[in-house]
Amino acid sequence: MSTNQMHIDPYERNWMIFSFVLLVLFATAVSVAAFGMGIQVPAPEQRVDPKTVATDPNSPWSNPGLREVSAGKYDAYILAHAVPNWEYLPKEITVPVGSSVSFYVTSSDVQHGFKIQDTNANFMVLPGQVSKLTVKFDKPGTYNFICTEYCGSGHGVMYGAVIVTP
Amino acid sequence: MKQYQVSASEKKFISWHLLVAILALAVGSLFGPLQAFEHAGWDFYTYLKPLIKSYYQGLTVHGVLNALVWTTFFIMGFLTFNVIFGLKRPLKNMMLNKVGFWLMAVGVVAAAIPILANQATVLFTFYPPLKANWAFYVGLTLVVVGSWVEGWGLFMTYAAWRKENANERTPFIAFGSLITALLWQICTLGVAVEILTMLLPWSLGLIEGVDPQLARTYFWFTGHPLVYFWLLPAYISWYAMLPKQAGNGKMFSDTLARLAFWIFLVLSTPLGFHHQYVDPGVPPVWKFIHSMLTFGVFFPSMMTAFTVVASLEHAGRKQGGQGALAWIGKLNWSDPSVASQLLAGILFFFGGIGGLANASYNVNLVLHNTAFIPGHFHLTVATGVTLSFMGISYWLLPYLTGKKLWQPKLAVAQAWTWFIGMIVFSNSMHVLGLLGAPRRVPLNLAPYVPAEWNSRLFQVGLGGAILFISGALYLAVMLMTALNKETVKEEVEVPVAESMQDPALSPIWLDRWAPWIYGSLALIVIVYGPMLFELIKNIALTSPGFRVW
Repeated sequence: MSTNQMHIDPYERNWMIFSFVLLVLFATAVSVAAFGMGIQVPAPEQRVDPKTVATDPNSPWSNPGLREVSAGKYDAYILAHAVPNWEYLPKEITVPVGSSVSFYVTSSDVQHGFKIQDTNANFMVLPGQVSKLTVKFDKPGTYNFICTEYCGSGHGVMYGAVIVTP
Repeated sequence: MKQYQVSASEKKFISWHLLVAILALAVGSLFGPLQAFEHAGWDFYTYLKPLIKSYYQGLTVHGVLNALVWTTFFIMGFLTFNVIFGLKRPLKNMMLNKVGFWLMAVGVVAAAIPILANQATVLFTFYPPLKANWAFYVGLTLVVVGSWVEGWGLFMTYAAWRKENANERTPFIAFGSLITALLWQICTLGVAVEILTMLLPWSLGLIEGVDPQLARTYFWFTGHPLVYFWLLPAYISWYAMLPKQAGNGKMFSDTLARLAFWIFLVLSTPLGFHHQYVDPGVPPVWKFIHSMLTFGVFFPSMMTAFTVVASLEHAGRKQGGQGALAWIGKLNWSDPSVASQLLAGILFFFGGIGGLANASYNVNLVLHNTAFIPGHFHLTVATGVTLSFMGISYWLLPYLTGKKLWQPKLAVAQAWTWFIGMIVFSNSMHVLGLLGAPRRVPLNLAPYVPAEWNSRLFQVGLGGAILFISGALYLAVMLMTALNKETVKEEVEVPVAESMQDPALSPIWLDRWAPWIYGSLALIVIVYGPMLFELIKNIALTSPGFRVW
């Protein structure tokens, strides 16, 4: 039946094919980066109780800081909190150049962010959840990590640093 | 031929929507430039202390009024107009629409009181466990429920029309408007569940805590389709009104325009995890699936770009335009409604490209919550959508009130200053984001800001200043038009572009609702269901509330 025919102009058909190919290209690029080059986003790590995570002696965040797992490999347990004064604990960690550091970050109060400047590490920090990403530091220098989610009036002063020594 | 006459009471009803929308924009836009000025080092918040306590209270006012109130009220008014005028039929049950409007209006007041009292400085995303006064959540609920009720009024009107016109194709402007209202009904379920099952009982002290990860998931169920709720009314105007205004052009492809709207309905909701790529509690596989669907919803926008530009080209050539691009100059740029919408479309194109970057799964790692994001959505919602709505109001207000548009040349200047101001503002925000500047931070005070950001921060302030002037011009034109003693001689002609092919020849499945609705619900269940089930099963209401502002 002629009334059921879909009319598509040839120019329009070409444009749609072009759009489709373009999107497939983008999707491929993202997939190659994710699965071929391993540029991955955070995955569920662990759930915690935000009310006790900073005080329970069995919780690593009751004594946040850097642990050396093996030569050149570190775990950094970092606690983000708005109460009382918008900071990360610890505020600073120091590792030698070439170190691979896995960050385990959680919050004892509101939502925060955690973005290490000049790296691909950037994630949300939620109370009740642990966020984890691993970063390899190949160049010496000071890498600030900053809060990227609104967490109250001190949001803009909340930051810390990874110091990578030569 | 005389155009269909919308009744005086319906015109009045639609203009109430415009009134609330523009009042919200007026107040909200007062606070937009204040954030930009702060970045440049000109902090006006110190002088506002008795009234507005902080940068963040101002930012909450700006976000809630501009992104939620201005848009929702303008859209509900415009959709109502399109349904009545498109179907050439009065509202089936005007009382129902009025109830919806008043619920929304009461909701705005209920939310505004705690915001102004600094009891709800939670920004327009209101992520718990930041805990606002309960009235804030009640107000938001009323706005959403009111917009549902108005939507039901539109659906009833459509059903009545369908009964009277069993074999007709739904006229395009009504068709697009009904899909927009339907999309809104589906997607707002997320935020409704978030507020009613967690935030409201929690703010009333009925439950001790909330689950922030689950709350974010509910929020973004609504949060991304919200973008399409903003955008589709602008698309309706670009598809079916702008070509006519720009030079008596016709709509290039009615069929594909309709197909694009259906794809938007199906794909807008099941992709919210692209706002949660870096959330800890969602497995990467779901994030990846949603990222692919996000690329999918880019497709109908590409179709829109083609049809809209082709229709405009038709208009330009009709006016004697020649060459590959020279026809653009023949478009009716002196009409403020045309200039606004053309300029809005140009910046929206760049907003779309930035959106693709945000949507790209791991590329987002360098962009998430940086200044790139507000840079992006000031091109999309604050220009593509807002400048288009301003353009629509340049003919809609005279049409509704019978008053002549005051100083059309000033209105054209308004469109250009918005365009230029937004380029300056948004470009520098994008660059700052790429350099690592976070969003939602008074950067002038942040201790980690390096000196090399300073020139960009200044440009943010400069853009804000130009936008401030443009916003003031818009309000002046609207106010003076409403007060204008000069009236239009004949009712303003509603610009509706004809389609190049007879819509009756388009496939009948493009005018069937059920398969598309079932399809969109099924896709939501498939790509949201398992993860939502998982999060709800493992719900941990362990986060007490905080007021840290």
